[in-house]
Amino acid sequence: MNGMEKKGNRNVLIKSVIALAAIILGYVAVYYMMEGGILSRQMTSLIPRIGINIILAVSLSITVGFLGELSLGHAGFMAIGAYASAIFTTQAAGLPGFLSFVFALIIGGVMAALFGVLTGIPVLRLRGDYLAIVTLAFTEIIRSVINTMSITGGAMGLSSIPEYANYTWIYIFGILTILVAVNLKKSRHGRAILSVRENYVAAEAMGIPVTKFKILAFTVAAFFAGIAGALYAHTYSVLRPGNFDYNKSIDILIFVVLGGMGNIPGTIVATILLTYLPEKFREFGDYRMLTYALALIIIMLLNSGEMKEKIKGFFRKIVPQGKVKPKKLQEKKGEH
Amino acid sequence: MALLEVKNLGISFGGLRAVDQVNFSIKEGQLYGLIGPNGAGKTTLFNLLTGVYQPTDGSIMLQDKLLNGKKPAQINRAGIARTFQNIRLFKKMTVLDNVKVALHNQVHYSLFATLFKLPSYWKKEKEMDKMALDILKVFDLEGQASVLAANLPYGKQRKLEIARALATNPKLLLLDEPAAGMNPNETEELMQTIRLVRDRYKITILLIEHDMKLVTGICEEILVLNFGMELAKGTPSEVLNNPEVITAYLGE
Repeated sequence: MNGMEKKGNRNVLIKSVIALAAIILGYVAVYYMMEGGILSRQMTSLIPRIGINIILAVSLSITVGFLGELSLGHAGFMAIGAYASAIFTTQAAGLPGFLSFVFALIIGGVMAALFGVLTGIPVLRLRGDYLAIVTLAFTEIIRSVINTMSITGGAMGLSSIPEYANYTWIYIFGILTILVAVNLKKSRHGRAILSVRENYVAAEAMGIPVTKFKILAFTVAAFFAGIAGALYAHTYSVLRPGNFDYNKSIDILIFVVLGGMGNIPGTIVATILLTYLPEKFREFGDYRMLTYALALIIIMLLNSGEMKEKIKGFFRKIVPQGKVKPKKLQEKKGEH
Repeated sequence: MALLEVKNLGISFGGLRAVDQVNFSIKEGQLYGLIGPNGAGKTTLFNLLTGVYQPTDGSIMLQDKLLNGKKPAQINRAGIARTFQNIRLFKKMTVLDNVKVALHNQVHYSLFATLFKLPSYWKKEKEMDKMALDILKVFDLEGQASVLAANLPYGKQRKLEIARALATNPKLLLLDEPAAGMNPNETEELMQTIRLVRDRYKITILLIEHDMKLVTGICEEILVLNFGMELAKGTPSEVLNNPEVITAYLGE
């Protein structure tokens, strides 16, 4: 028993080391692709936006994918994080840059999470369509309030925010968001959240405090949206209320839905693809958004269960599975 | 000592008295049956006992603690677990995870341990796996632990519902038509499992059932409801020979 436990612990250790190596390798690979000129200038300039979008999409999939509640308020939480952190860094000029940015990130995340709790308590009594509409209204309210306050610069927005954020910061928080989402899914807390999505009545009957876990999921998602907002503010150094309208919320939702609702690797791939495509389609000029819409429909069709089976069947026809292995074996024999 | 004491229980939906003036008590370790024609208020009574509905009159006491006004999750923690007539599994989760959801209040670790996968996470998860597999073994489901609940055959889904309810470590287990849709062989097997569960986990069971063979075979005491009211109460043979019960079921 003891020996088995030790073996289990060793497996955990090996897995952790592999994961850590993959994270560092990913960082270095993208870094050299950017610096070494492998990626085009256009693509290099897209990297921060892709990273921030990944944070937004992965965190939204905690609400939409895990909890199963449609939230259209993610841009609102992002706005809160962006403005709160930007106001801090522009006001607290005395602090050294690094320290100032660390505080700004914390403030951005915590403020967004706080609004997550405050709105979550009344809003999460609603379900489905009603919740979607109320969260949509929330985004618009936040935008209107930012538009009228003087501390946020009103409709002019904030500018000359110090550009503290860079590829490294975004990468670190991207990984952190993904880790939190993945770890949450396979835990006591994550299972409780998933059970609410699967069957609300049964979850309650099994002793799960449903409201508590709804608010938890909502708050964690809001926290990372706030972080994404803070990174956004300190990457582009300019904030306008118009950056955070409901179109932004829907963009993020599209990443999550096309990535397969709660499927984290799928969400990441969808985010990279759908952030890149509209830029790529600039060459189509006026037909850009039309092409984008077409691309969305094609991806959605390819992603549907029926189509997946058809594609698999097609490949099976070309490469009959029974014949693949013997051929490989023969090749190996030939080599010897 | 009575484990569950129900006094003058009643609920109205508008003008309809779905349950009216129901009294009964269940002793510890008993297998208690609840029968009645369709629409007699059996499931409504279950919903009252588990906090899905709040009673308009009367009281429900579990071990001398009043349950009126408590929410379903609180009642579960107080010691009552249930299954559902129309199966309500967590369909897109594995069989093992279905049971592990129900272990939520038995095994604890912090959110912090979750997010950073601290040693306590690994230790407690392993403990949960072992507990869940032990319960699945009783229902002969351990071989399908990694199957999605939706992909189980019907009979096994019913069993998983019982396994999941049992995992919340209840004092009183409420089974809502556990044998619905099962063939005679499966029903026979289920009867044995229910008895086994009662003896091994030392719990009390209240079950709704239409299968008279199952009810009279394993229940020690039976309550008959009709139009939301108590029609008869007693041992299986007393109840089955009661002329009023025969009339309610078969007509004049």
